[in-house]
Amino acid sequence: MTELAEHVAAVGRPLKRKEDARLLTGKTQWTDNIQLAGALHMAILRSPMGHAKITKLDVSGALKYPGVEAAYGADELGDLNGSVPCVWPVTDDMVAPDFPALAKGEVRHMGDCVALVLAGTAAQAADALEGIVVEYSALPAVIDMEEAIKDGSPLVHSDKGTNKCYTYKLQPQGDGAYEAAKAKADVVVKRRFVNQRLIPAFMEPRAVVASPMGTSGELTIWSATQVPHVLRVLLALVTGVSENKLRVVAPDVGGGFGGKLQCYREEILCVALANKLGRPIKWNETRSEDMMATHHGRDQLQDIEIAATKDGKLLGLKVDLIANMGAYLQIITPGIPLLGMFMYPAIYKMDAYDFSCIGVFTNTTPTDAYRGAGRPEATYAIERIMDELAHELGMEPMELRKKNWIKHEEFPYTTAAGLTYDSGNYEAATDKAMALFKYDELRAEQVKRRASGDKVQLGIGISTFTEMCGLAPSRTLGALKYVAGGWEHCTIRVLPTGKVELVTGTSPHGQGHETAWSQIASDTLGIPVDDIEVIHGDTRTSPYGMDTYGSRSLAVGGQAILRAGEKVVEKARLIAAHQLECSANDLEFDNGVFRVKGDPSKEKAIQAVAFEAFSAHDLPDGLEPTLQAESTVDPQDFSYPHGTHLCAMEVDTETGKSTIRSYVCVDDIGIQINPLIVEGQVHGGLAQGIAQALYEGAVYDSDGQLLTASFADYLVPSAPDLPSFVTDHTITPSTTNPLGTKGVGEAGAIASTPAVINAIVDALRPYGVNDVPMPALPMTVWRTLNAARQGGK
Amino acid sequence: MIPSKFDYVRPNSVDEAVAALKAGGEDSKVITGGQSMLPLLRLRLAAPSVLVDCARIDEMKGIKDNGDSVTIGAASTHWDVLNNEIVKTHVKLLADATATVADPQVRHRGTFGGALAHGDPAGDLPAVVVALDATFEIAGAKGRRQVTAKDFFVDYFTTAVGPDEILVSVTIPKLGKGWGTCYEKFNRSANGWAIVGVAAAVKVEGGKITEARIGLTNCASVPVRASSVESALKGVSASATEIESASQSAADGTRATSDLGADKEYREHLMRVLTARAVSCAAGA
Repeated sequence: MTELAEHVAAVGRPLKRKEDARLLTGKTQWTDNIQLAGALHMAILRSPMGHAKITKLDVSGALKYPGVEAAYGADELGDLNGSVPCVWPVTDDMVAPDFPALAKGEVRHMGDCVALVLAGTAAQAADALEGIVVEYSALPAVIDMEEAIKDGSPLVHSDKGTNKCYTYKLQPQGDGAYEAAKAKADVVVKRRFVNQRLIPAFMEPRAVVASPMGTSGELTIWSATQVPHVLRVLLALVTGVSENKLRVVAPDVGGGFGGKLQCYREEILCVALANKLGRPIKWNETRSEDMMATHHGRDQLQDIEIAATKDGKLLGLKVDLIANMGAYLQIITPGIPLLGMFMYPAIYKMDAYDFSCIGVFTNTTPTDAYRGAGRPEATYAIERIMDELAHELGMEPMELRKKNWIKHEEFPYTTAAGLTYDSGNYEAATDKAMALFKYDELRAEQVKRRASGDKVQLGIGISTFTEMCGLAPSRTLGALKYVAGGWEHCTIRVLPTGKVELVTGTSPHGQGHETAWSQIASDTLGIPVDDIEVIHGDTRTSPYGMDTYGSRSLAVGGQAILRAGEKVVEKARLIAAHQLECSANDLEFDNGVFRVKGDPSKEKAIQAVAFEAFSAHDLPDGLEPTLQAESTVDPQDFSYPHGTHLCAMEVDTETGKSTIRSYVCVDDIGIQINPLIVEGQVHGGLAQGIAQALYEGAVYDSDGQLLTASFADYLVPSAPDLPSFVTDHTITPSTTNPLGTKGVGEAGAIASTPAVINAIVDALRPYGVNDVPMPALPMTVWRTLNAARQGGK
Repeated sequence: MIPSKFDYVRPNSVDEAVAALKAGGEDSKVITGGQSMLPLLRLRLAAPSVLVDCARIDEMKGIKDNGDSVTIGAASTHWDVLNNEIVKTHVKLLADATATVADPQVRHRGTFGGALAHGDPAGDLPAVVVALDATFEIAGAKGRRQVTAKDFFVDYFTTAVGPDEILVSVTIPKLGKGWGTCYEKFNRSANGWAIVGVAAAVKVEGGKITEARIGLTNCASVPVRASSVESALKGVSASATEIESASQSAADGTRATSDLGADKEYREHLMRVLTARAVSCAAGA
């Protein structure tokens, strides 16, 4: 037997990540590093047009280029040209146009796939694209959502006769309830917020390798994906390759932010071609391709109206969205606004809530999940309008929030949207954040600067956000017409030498789950963290799973780990009791050791039990050999992390430049498994949320040209652009899962955007400014300020 | 992305480099640090047949003090320039502006001469050398010639360096006593190009500005001098209000363009604001 290290309680410790060494040095296997003998490299010719008929397509010229083995347009591809699936038909009458992998006669957004070349090297394939002859006849494009739903608008899909994808309504208190609430109101504030289009911009561009393996007809797909399990099901359905012959592997994946929660055209093409040709097919994208063909996020017009009494009590909220689907529907495109639908009432109590959303097709890249997926949009709108309402009422914005939020003793609380929040303590998080921020001192400085007419004004932005993590109870998903479930699976095997294999159906892509999962299993089993190996991201080694998105990996996946671990311990207890000749009830289990109550000299370590279970020489009658267990957990409910984010902003009124002076956040994500990973997630999320507020925005011209198709034009901030964050936490355990955890993947990205914009608006309030469009570029702020100044005169 | 096919040569001397350029014909291009050229190649916006790599030619590297001027080899990296004692002491404006170029990785690879010969109107260094009246030494098949900063920048991405010529070095006159300098850069992100940049050198004697030289970044197809502000500043007291008033003509003679981050009107506004700030800073006002 190997020497066994002693177990030390792991949960709650800021352990450095197990995966750091290989991820930070790059000494690992990314999809594009996979080299298979005989592979053909795929290059894709993409539409430079926003909307056009393909009047001529001749791929034969590409065949004359060195190394080229095949070239395909939609005609040549025939039945292999599968369609991208959408698994969330949100209404029975939703318009769902066909989305073929290669365009059939018409391109509908810049970046639409027109033809492809297969060649011996990636360079040969790229060169040969120049040999393809394609002629387009421009069709009128429609980019603006409101134009798209007007009569007579150019149609993205002429056969559908409309650009409307669906209309969705939610009136939890019934039709007319909001109007009744509004009738009692002293103050009604209405705003149009534009939640602009964003590009996920993960670090590792998409990449796929698909290859026949062995002689059994098995096809293995390596893909830079967040969702190997979901992808396997969808690729089987789309390509017709039998699901049990498909193996999907997500090797180390360099970020996703929802952008790799997809079944992409390129994945379908690689699989279909590898299956047809019997050769490995490899593809990876350039950054420019990524920016026009990876799904985009956000892009909603938000009409929001809030009604309140004159002393600031909220009565009702009405939200009417127009949401941009892009040119086609992808995996959960239509459902993204509905994930936000539940979150508009946020942490506030009110009598009535009324929601509607129109999904619209335009000649733009399809939208889908992007860090927060609907919740950031909702949080932005409600947190912005709370500030506007406070201004109308002449109230301090934090006081207005305090007056209306759910008090900590009122949980569980069912909101006007119909969700039941598990737990929370908004008071505690806010008190802590305001103290760290020195809220009162900053308000005093703001008064001084306003009085002196300082060219640099100070603004304070508040965001007391909550969100919904842990996707999702399967029944709830069913009620929303989402076709899959929301459970998660784990298998734990204690090997004969006492080492552990933890097999999870979640699919980490850079977050640090291997470390956090080991911590949970370590405490459950009493086995050191370093003795636990997390196995994930391969449908052969982890057959069941729903993958990683929506902060579900801990809130749902963590429960499966805990339950599987408990089952292992229960089985080990039976074996230990048998061998120590006592009743199972007479055993205590502590730090990995079973001891007989009242006779602690009689003990057996769980690792020793594992060996006994392996040798199986002396097991209790009827007990199966080996020490392993599995668990599939369907969560009881969502979890609702929350937090108070405060931003102090200096706005140069001469140039319009906004500079964050300080940023404080206190997040309550329930029990923290690894505070260091939590902090990292918060920092990254803040950077992304601040990016939406100040830097990023995908822009199309009226012909559908994506003007921000490179990092030169699509501005992703880097470390020097961001302040030093002050992050802290309160801990209010979730009451709907046994770990008490909630989720932290999106918190920073959801909370920070409104905090930043509220801060800019607050700085400029004395000039009459009551909104600033995002991204709040210096020019945008300067123009807004000029318009307000002129309006005031 | 993968660039189109090209040949690559690495000459050891300026003469060899000139010969290689000539042999390569019209589609040959000089490369040093590659920080502008490589992105163009990767996006296939440029497809040269031959790249002549001048990064290791000794004559094109190094910085020397000529007494009343400083000569900087064109292949000196930005990092070499901004950390050089001669530059820091005698051409501080250049050191300060170079410190704002892109990020540390780019500053370690990119070269001083490459950035100038590239002729990008959004680059920071052209406005500096224009403000400081630098002289450029260009080598070609017919020998060497000297070009003044005023004549060096011709149009967008076009300089006086011909297709078969190489920029060898740049000589910048030292400023004497009483001069102060400042580079005021305005950009959307720390690593981004300037929306507008202002390079100012100001001489103050007895509380009055006696001479001002102001170069503007990204305000026309080439770096330009804010001549009317320079004239307006002559003789005014080095106070913030007088400088601000003199800076109101900063956009005169410029031809600003519009893009996603800044349109013409906003750029012109920034020229006025930033010129006042740069001059005030240079004058210690």
